[in-house]
Amino acid sequence: MATKTEDYLGITDYKVIGTRPIRHDGVDKVVGRAKYGADIDMAGMLHGAVARSPHAHARIKSLDTRKAEALPGVKAVIAVADLPLQEDKIEELGEGAANLQHLRANVLADGKVLYHGHAIAAVAATDVHTAQEAVDLIEIEYEVLQPVLTVREAMQADAPLLLEDLTTQSLGEDSEKKSNVCTHFRHELGDIEKGFAEADLVIEREFFTATVHQGYIEPQNATALWGADGQITVWCSTQGAFDVRAQTAQILEVPVSQVKVVPMEIGGGFGGKIRIYLEPLAAILSKKTGRPVKMVMSRTEVLQATGPTAGSVIRCKMGVDKAGNLIAAQADMRYESGSFPGSWAAPGAMCIFAPYNIPHVLIDGYEVLVNKPWTMAYRAPGATNAAFASETLIDELCEQLGVDPLAFRLKNSAKEGTRRADGPVYPRIGHEQCVETARDSEHYATQFNGKNRGRGVASGFWFNVGLKSSAAASVNPDGTVSLVEGSTDIGGTRTSIAMQLAEVLGIGAEEVKPQVVDTDSVGETDVTGGSRTTFATGWAAYQCALDIKAQMIERAAKLWEIAVDDVVFEDGYFSSSDASKTISFKELAGRLDETGGPLMGRATVNPPGVGGAFAVMIADVEVDTDTGKVEILRVSMIQDAGKAIHPSYVEGQMQGGTAQGIGWALNEEYAYNADGLLTNASLLDYRMPTCLDLPMIETHIVEVPNPGHPYGVRGVGEVPIVPPVAAVANAIYDAIGVRLTILPMSPGEILKALWTKNGTT
Amino acid sequence: MPGKVHVTTTINGESVEFLCEPRQTILEVLRDQLDLTGTKEGCSNGNCGACSILVNGGVIDACLMMAVEAEGEELTTIEGVASAEGLHPLQQKFLEHAALQCGICTPGFIVAAKALLDNEPTPSEERIRLYLAGNLCRCTGYDKIVRAVQDAASAMAE
Repeated sequence: MATKTEDYLGITDYKVIGTRPIRHDGVDKVVGRAKYGADIDMAGMLHGAVARSPHAHARIKSLDTRKAEALPGVKAVIAVADLPLQEDKIEELGEGAANLQHLRANVLADGKVLYHGHAIAAVAATDVHTAQEAVDLIEIEYEVLQPVLTVREAMQADAPLLLEDLTTQSLGEDSEKKSNVCTHFRHELGDIEKGFAEADLVIEREFFTATVHQGYIEPQNATALWGADGQITVWCSTQGAFDVRAQTAQILEVPVSQVKVVPMEIGGGFGGKIRIYLEPLAAILSKKTGRPVKMVMSRTEVLQATGPTAGSVIRCKMGVDKAGNLIAAQADMRYESGSFPGSWAAPGAMCIFAPYNIPHVLIDGYEVLVNKPWTMAYRAPGATNAAFASETLIDELCEQLGVDPLAFRLKNSAKEGTRRADGPVYPRIGHEQCVETARDSEHYATQFNGKNRGRGVASGFWFNVGLKSSAAASVNPDGTVSLVEGSTDIGGTRTSIAMQLAEVLGIGAEEVKPQVVDTDSVGETDVTGGSRTTFATGWAAYQCALDIKAQMIERAAKLWEIAVDDVVFEDGYFSSSDASKTISFKELAGRLDETGGPLMGRATVNPPGVGGAFAVMIADVEVDTDTGKVEILRVSMIQDAGKAIHPSYVEGQMQGGTAQGIGWALNEEYAYNADGLLTNASLLDYRMPTCLDLPMIETHIVEVPNPGHPYGVRGVGEVPIVPPVAAVANAIYDAIGVRLTILPMSPGEILKALWTKNGTT
Repeated sequence: MPGKVHVTTTINGESVEFLCEPRQTILEVLRDQLDLTGTKEGCSNGNCGACSILVNGGVIDACLMMAVEAEGEELTTIEGVASAEGLHPLQQKFLEHAALQCGICTPGFIVAAKALLDNEPTPSEERIRLYLAGNLCRCTGYDKIVRAVQDAASAMAE
């Protein structure tokens, strides 16, 4: 992420950036007209349904679909044999790479089911109820195997193997050892033994975090039409239309140009809507029937078979000297990968000690198969688990040293030039400024006392990503600009992208008409993920505007019959050294026909200057020691946005991340029984925060410009989920004097910890 | 499969007739037969509130109401909240406060909040939070939603 380029323009008098225009897609979304994936309907459309495993780990002995096929209204039934075989090959899939054979075996189980809810077969029928009835008629015989549900079980020498040919990739080499451990990696900085020897105070603890789900309100869906000309169209709700195109084309073994993905409005993703699940099933069912096929998951299917993100076991050890300097830090991070390789220990390891300057660091990471769904990214994936461990230990170090936890964080803060344990040296970053803002806040200055009440703070880091983005724009005769881009809009990014184009052209945000278009209508654009959209697609829009500006200058020169060099563009006006020659952007837009015809700008970018993001949270809680319930009374999220293009939507990301983090801290978990069956696959039992569980969420936007972006933008979407879990844990400690090391910190865990402390049971 | 049932109901002020199977929910009929897809399906068992509609002015989850139960009732969906004159104050305030991100829960929140403000023009923050606790939003942390409802209440009082 370190970059030598200084792309930041240093503008201080923005006209559009930093304002809060109403989002372009807003009206459609408040009147119910916006079309999400499940809203699709078309002539002759069939409805699909999926047969899923009732077991966590089993061999499929036989599969008989004859009764299902015989049901009136059923048009096609498919199983894994209908999917082309895949090479044993790793491909990039947006946020994380995956083996194509694993992607195929996740879409439809291949001989073995690896989690409760694993897809086995799919049906298309004239209506959804008939499709469901047909699913119930599919006869499957299993040889049930022992499930492996925790990292600890999975790593034991005699553990049942999920993927029988899998060997551990250890420190970059194939160990050739068959195991449930997919990967072991290590980051080293300095000399860890020397570091701990020099430390005056060392604390070590082990932390457990539950498997949690992204919890988007809109279930996965896909509608496909395999045309008689061989062209496949997929309509779906996804974070990355081009990623769906690439994966679907791979799984169907067709060229990408044969697949067009139309991204519908998307009802939340948070990292969970990048991998394909239903898309190839709908496509093959369409090919078999010659009709469009729509598939929508139920909430149970969403929880059983998509996402979730990794549960983890993290052993963490940190040492300080008497003066309060962090000397050494060590972590052993074991993350569930779920049923297939590809987990989140690696990004977690990039973040765990990232806010600090620590001379001696050793991090070992493991990604481990368990009989749970294949894990997916979830908002700063891996980092929240990691911060729970490191930020709790820091709180404990501060307590024992008798120092203020924000003062300690400021003293030990990473800054420009600090090397992170996984290698990068920071360019300009804003952790210190976030800590200072927290320290100086009215919230922190206000005493918070009372029985069973406590305050906690925590820092968090997420590195953000760049990747590919494209944009094209055409100037309309009325002076507006139509912008097409490929980033699906999950939280107002049409507007934050359009604003960056408007700023260059000196027009209003409302004079840009942004559209998210299909994969045949814009250049390749990577996922809405990695906090990259406003950064990278915004940059594409900025470049696109520069292209338009240059062409408009040529048109002005032509109009005035003067040299291009004699035309300047400022504040929305073209002018020349001849003071009589001045024309507004809008007026010139109306004269394009007489100066050469229509005008379009275009840009594709893959910006290297990604700016890492830091956040700090302050949480005030009250614990009911009779019930174990934790009440969140006040929270503040402080975050470095680099530059907040649209502050309302930056605040929205901060507030949303905070809320998700609080849910992760207190309530959310996948509850499996001993047979490996998910027992809480509903939104009643998988308990996400309601508005009654939360107070207002105070936000402080810090702006330390990212040197790697023209407007200084850093990504904002992910980092706010990183500090909350640890901040709440530290607040609970402050309130009742017990250190919680297990997530979620549910009433039961709180009471257990209190009883242990008090010597009662 | 039993035959279809004929239902006569009122939706957004207009008389509507439809045929449905006894097993169909009103959510399914609204979305798949009447093309009123503004009412969203998030869980289909009454836990998320994305399918909130008004029946005779009270909020219900459309996924928990059978279509045949609509006979003779008055239904309001998100499509009936705005009028020819323009957006409802709640819709306007949701836009101004950036109270939506992905927008999938937004129709449900607006419908539920409308029921609240129709009955209690000046609710407290606590009352708003209690009333909207049946609607899940995963994007916003609810802060801007609660503020939008408060501001809409103020605007409607003027």
